[in-house]
Amino acid sequence: MSQIAAVAVMNIRSLPRRLWMSLAMVLASAVVVAILLAFLAMARGFEATMSGAGSDAVALMMREGSQAELNSVIGRDQVNLIEEAPGIARDADGPLVSPELYVIVDGIKKGTGGKANIPLRGLDARGMAMRGNMQLLEGRMFTPGTNEMIVGAGILREFDGFQLGNEIRFGKNVWTVVGVFSTGGNVFESELWADAKMIQSHYNRGSSYQTIRAQLENPGNLEPLKAYIDAEPQLNLELKTESAYFAEQGKQLQYMAIFGRVISFIMALGALAGALNTMYTSVADRAKEIATLRALGFGNFSAFCGTIAEALVLAAAGGLLGSLAAFVFFDGLNASTLGGSFTQVVFSFDMSPDLFVQGAVLALLIGFLSGFFPAWRAARMPVIVAFRNGA
Amino acid sequence: MSQDLLFQLNGVSKSFVKGKEEISIFSDLNLTIERGDFVAIMGPSGSGKTTLLNMLGGVDQPSGGEVSFDGARVDNLSESALTRWRAHNIGFIFQFYNLMPMLNAARNVELPLLLTKLSKAQRRKNVETALALVGLSDRAKHMPSEMSGGQQQRVAIARAIVSDPKLLLCDEPTGDLDRTTADEILEMLQLLNRDHGKTIVMVTHDPAAAKYANRTLHLDKGKFVQRELVA
Repeated sequence: MSQIAAVAVMNIRSLPRRLWMSLAMVLASAVVVAILLAFLAMARGFEATMSGAGSDAVALMMREGSQAELNSVIGRDQVNLIEEAPGIARDADGPLVSPELYVIVDGIKKGTGGKANIPLRGLDARGMAMRGNMQLLEGRMFTPGTNEMIVGAGILREFDGFQLGNEIRFGKNVWTVVGVFSTGGNVFESELWADAKMIQSHYNRGSSYQTIRAQLENPGNLEPLKAYIDAEPQLNLELKTESAYFAEQGKQLQYMAIFGRVISFIMALGALAGALNTMYTSVADRAKEIATLRALGFGNFSAFCGTIAEALVLAAAGGLLGSLAAFVFFDGLNASTLGGSFTQVVFSFDMSPDLFVQGAVLALLIGFLSGFFPAWRAARMPVIVAFRNGA
Repeated sequence: MSQDLLFQLNGVSKSFVKGKEEISIFSDLNLTIERGDFVAIMGPSGSGKTTLLNMLGGVDQPSGGEVSFDGARVDNLSESALTRWRAHNIGFIFQFYNLMPMLNAARNVELPLLLTKLSKAQRRKNVETALALVGLSDRAKHMPSEMSGGQQQRVAIARAIVSDPKLLLCDEPTGDLDRTTADEILEMLQLLNRDHGKTIVMVTHDPAAAKYANRTLHLDKGKFVQRELVA
């Protein structure tokens, strides 16, 4: 062990002789790790935003076959039937049922200045009560029957023109922002909320809605409601818990993580080629030292381990640098992307600790693979090299 | 077999294959080296003297014949066994010193001791003794780049003797030094031989260096052409 430690320390202390080559390897590893972590943090953040929105205690109903809220249509008569359904919680004002509308309006993204879809949700006080973590950050609630709306904190961060008090034109209608709300960072923060009846009127929806939310008597227990819907021919509704719905929506962006891994893999191959070059150069640079140590009686395993150790140290330094860069530049970064209903979902990159572990594993893998073959060459270095001329 | 016999080469041959041609370096070479001997090997370039030194040091293997060290065959040892044998029995002194540039003098001298089971304290003590013997106690913390060629070679000698090997192999030890410094180094080798009983084999081009040895062997075209006692 003392042989291996001594050789590893000597290799690392000789790094300044190969400063630029070594730095190139560190940087290549850093870039690969930073890119992997950025993609994974993006996917993780999006998933957290989507899955954080759903509650097990809320049932979500859409027209059968609708993949997303946008595609669904539900008549008032169906809402009336659901209000009579079993398994739904009730209070003094009756069943806790929220029929909601979901239309798309244009917003101007900060930074790029490009147009993007934003969901405008029509709902009433019951619907808001079902979002337990909803909080008004500024202003006040919209007044039913008026063109007032409240905006999600995510919209305010990522889009222009939604400041409190602003008037905004969507088509022929002008709306006034009277409040800003938060729902704890989940997908609802990427929405505008207004009175459902005003939206029905402005968007010619008659008395129809798109979704029904219902507070369940027993959280997660859809059975009584499902039996009721199955038995009632007028209710061609798809039923799931709100959490299940958003979990499915969140999975749609799983491709981000896959894409990130593919990109990182391709870049890792490039980094590996560079790192191999660095390590072969290192072995060539240390040829005489390796051979001298062998002549003194050091084993070839110590030459092998010393070279692997050098590669691991360089790649690990790169991994650390890449992780730090990813953390500094991406953790908590706000972004928006197209969600399941062709609308923008605002989310934050989430650099969780397990991602750093993935980054470290990738860096060490680059180090090990790039060190292995040069280390093999070092181990096979003929001792006779020690006797060749040249200082 | 004489108790004083350290090294014996019997009918040793060495050849290389280059392309389709086989190049013979030696054929039927015989040599005996006794304990406490100081042998200089001279010869023109390409005469095979460095190959012979490499063979004595277990760095190169003969193509034929027998090499015995201290009564045991070493020509048939595996590479790892030869590595261990070198660590226990041989101290190398190179023309260009071959010090590790990133280690100070003491750390360089300590290297062969890392292959032993000595404690850190014992290693430090041995390093101090070796450096004192070559007159460099005050340079223990100096890096090779901070020392002259002669000082670096003295560090290399300290490294070669620190583990008390039976044989010192010197490959042109003064080839990179001026005359005065070269004489100092050769006097030191002579002292190690005379006062400390070290067996030394030295390859050199320099007749003045060879005069410090007890005997000089002239190698030409793979054969010893003349043997004479110098001292």
